[in-house]
Amino acid sequence: MTMGLTLRAAPLGICALLVVGLPARAVTIEEVKSEKGITAWLVEDHSIPVVSMSAAFRGGASLDPADKRGLANMTVDLLDEGAGDLDSTAYQSQVEDLAAQISFNAGPDTISTRLRALKDKLAPTFDLLRLALTQPRFDPEPVARVRASVLNAIAREQRSPNALASRLWWQAEFPGHPYGLSSRGTAETVNSITPDDLRSLVHNRFAKDVLIVGIVGDITPAELKPLLDSTFGALPDHAAPGTVPEVTAATKSEVEVANMPVPQSVVVFGEPGVKRNDPDWYAALLDLNILGSGGLASRVTLEVREKRGLAYSVSASLDPLDHTGVILGQAGSQNANAAQAIDVIRQTWQRMHDDGPTAKELADAKTYITGSFPLSLDSTGRIASILVSIQFDRLGIDYLGKRDQIINSVTLADAKRVAKRLLSPDNLLFTVVGQPENLNDAVRVTPAGGIVQGVSGNGLPAEH
Amino acid sequence: MITPISRGGSRAILLVLFFVFAIALPAHAKLFDAETFTLANGLQVVVIPNHRAPIVTQMVWYKTGAADEVTGKSGAAHFLEHLMFRGTKAVPPGGFSRIVAQNGGEENAFTTHDYTAYYQSVAADRLELVMKLEADRMANLVITDAVVKPEREVIIEERRMRIGNSPSALFDEQLDTALYLHHPYRIPTIGWESEMHKLTAQDEQAFYKRWYAPNNAILVIAGDTTAEKVKALAEKYFGPVPSHPVPVRQRVEEPAKVAAARLSMKNPRVTEIQWSRQWLAPSYNRGDTSEAYPLQVLAEVLGGSAASPLYKGLVIDRGLALSAGAYYDPNQFDLTNFGFNATLKHGVTVPDFEAALDDIVKNALEGGITAEQVERAKQRMIAAAIYARDSLSGPARIVGTALSLGRTLDDVQNWPDKIAAVTPDQVRAAAKAVIDDETAVTGLLMPGPTS
Repeated sequence: MTMGLTLRAAPLGICALLVVGLPARAVTIEEVKSEKGITAWLVEDHSIPVVSMSAAFRGGASLDPADKRGLANMTVDLLDEGAGDLDSTAYQSQVEDLAAQISFNAGPDTISTRLRALKDKLAPTFDLLRLALTQPRFDPEPVARVRASVLNAIAREQRSPNALASRLWWQAEFPGHPYGLSSRGTAETVNSITPDDLRSLVHNRFAKDVLIVGIVGDITPAELKPLLDSTFGALPDHAAPGTVPEVTAATKSEVEVANMPVPQSVVVFGEPGVKRNDPDWYAALLDLNILGSGGLASRVTLEVREKRGLAYSVSASLDPLDHTGVILGQAGSQNANAAQAIDVIRQTWQRMHDDGPTAKELADAKTYITGSFPLSLDSTGRIASILVSIQFDRLGIDYLGKRDQIINSVTLADAKRVAKRLLSPDNLLFTVVGQPENLNDAVRVTPAGGIVQGVSGNGLPAEH
Repeated sequence: MITPISRGGSRAILLVLFFVFAIALPAHAKLFDAETFTLANGLQVVVIPNHRAPIVTQMVWYKTGAADEVTGKSGAAHFLEHLMFRGTKAVPPGGFSRIVAQNGGEENAFTTHDYTAYYQSVAADRLELVMKLEADRMANLVITDAVVKPEREVIIEERRMRIGNSPSALFDEQLDTALYLHHPYRIPTIGWESEMHKLTAQDEQAFYKRWYAPNNAILVIAGDTTAEKVKALAEKYFGPVPSHPVPVRQRVEEPAKVAAARLSMKNPRVTEIQWSRQWLAPSYNRGDTSEAYPLQVLAEVLGGSAASPLYKGLVIDRGLALSAGAYYDPNQFDLTNFGFNATLKHGVTVPDFEAALDDIVKNALEGGITAEQVERAKQRMIAAAIYARDSLSGPARIVGTALSLGRTLDDVQNWPDKIAAVTPDQVRAAAKAVIDDETAVTGLLMPGPTS
């Protein structure tokens, strides 16, 4: 459901916190297995009468058929638009009257749901989730309405410098792979999606063998088990087969420019990175924190923003997907300065490639990454998301207790070696949207008909 | 992702130092178990214990913002927020952020028309460190031309990003000048670009000296600590910061509004018509403040739910809009606004849409707001208030906002009771008082070539 957009209270900015692991001392994770064999990770917290759940099915928008691209995205937008005997308004009114929050999301690698409920409304709230996952109606009115909204969102992204710069980057780095396409699809593919397609996605993809569940809050294992069974017990055992090929981002040293009449050029840049299960993950995480974390202490911020005033925002981080890993950054610089900002980013990259971090920088980054993690434990919803992430990445239920030690064991030699391996200025692709000056060697790209087909759901640096 | 409490609107544009979240929170919740005391130098301290995780958030709120700028110096308050990270006698430029990061902390700051706030979240055992740092920059900031020059480019770049690159933000700036005829809320928090270019170290020093003082600030500490511990640390670090007289926040009075305004803007980057209509409205502080609670219920009744007249009527039943809603945020030092907004469905004309909307609103004003709708809205709002306690910084923000606007902890704690006490008659009366065709500001942001 889309209420009126608030004109002025929109959150300003992107939250790019590091999400890596939990300190054992702060939370105790328990694995709960229900009668019907549904497994969930639980963190009990009885301080307020609230329960949050995060659940994900492995397999996301990347599994959409090419001619139905946008199917997963459109499906999740319709799951709360009527289910069982409840039409759209009736369903949403019930959610509201329970003061519950239920949302759905389609990412490149997962379809996920988040739920937050009051302790005394758990059963009816979970039952509404069950209805949405098993008996969505896909009535003609909401299907038409949501389709119109998605088409508008696609059109808006094509006119947004940030979304377009990101779209161009993913498209250039992953030609012929679903990661190169927008998870929203194109006008053409979205118009081809039928209610039967929506139903088949639900039938094929929501299954027990790809389900991951994290629960946090005022609930005991004994209370949770029957809820797991009633909510997920009726799902099929197995999801339909579907695979996404492993892929590596293209290595091209280029600046691509798409013209848009805006005062600030939006720059997206990046190169191949590491997957979450790469042995060099932690060294890379530390290197990127030193080089490009969103905070004011990183090297790119120091060089681009603090010393030269070339940007308000500049950052870079690891973005791991299920079948690839990338290093992705962004900056915004007035048109006259964009070329200089790109130069400074390249030079900063080169220095990190050549020399790696200093011992002091590495020590500081370790303190930051280990010390800041507990800050992400401040709400039931955030902890539930982390429980799902750890399971998705198969890090093990004891990961939280080991995380600090793993990070602290990265040596300066590791960090330097990985900087050399990964941070190559010669592999950096910059995509720029705006009217940048002095970028004479840039490749001019003209999105077809002024419009680029599709926009990636991957977006700017993710929370990893 | 659904943000549960972002539906209410706020006319204050929050400006943050760098890319991190900043959400205005209209929803309050009771029972934060907050304690408050005041140091000898006038600094009010609030402690909100929360022992879920071994972490704390420190927030310092200054009771001043962009509406307190000298004429012609727009952007000065927000610029100062940036300069607060650029060094003191004891900490070199950039040192503040480096020290916080080295200690595993997160930090940021934000500026509105009415207040400016700074915060850090750290492990509980680092609280003393961030209190020391924050107390230091309350009085010892060093503002030099060397830091002003590049940082001024940064805030202008921030303006390009937030405003220049966004047709809707550009248009909102213009709408504010129509809504507020005289009051400084008509001036953007980030500043007009022509004036930002001219801001000097001297201007910033003057704003700092005039408004930044312990007796014009509130220290909020939330998290894994106690009032006793905080009191000792506050006395140690903030206690010695000297107080000095601070002017009364007295902004020019807004004259009576007698004309309706209609603004339109075309931009090729707009895809569908974005329609809005707003009115000046009482806040918690100004105007008929007794309407502040009924107006919150009114916004929820009219546009806050799937079955609400605006959403169901315009989006679902009549199929005229892709989205439609109502907004109201009473957290403003002076007058605030109440409004409706919608994105029109492709092909729907403005007259057709407005006729339908007028019909729905007229119906609501003439008895269409039922007791059952009001009761349901109130129940929903009160039940959801518990979620405000489901984070560390949420309660700190709610309390800090309220106190920096001159309200009290009791006002915050009593929010659910105040909402519960609102009657359908009060909602209808508030609607009639605020929704007035003669003074509406209507905005139309439309697709099309720039003129």
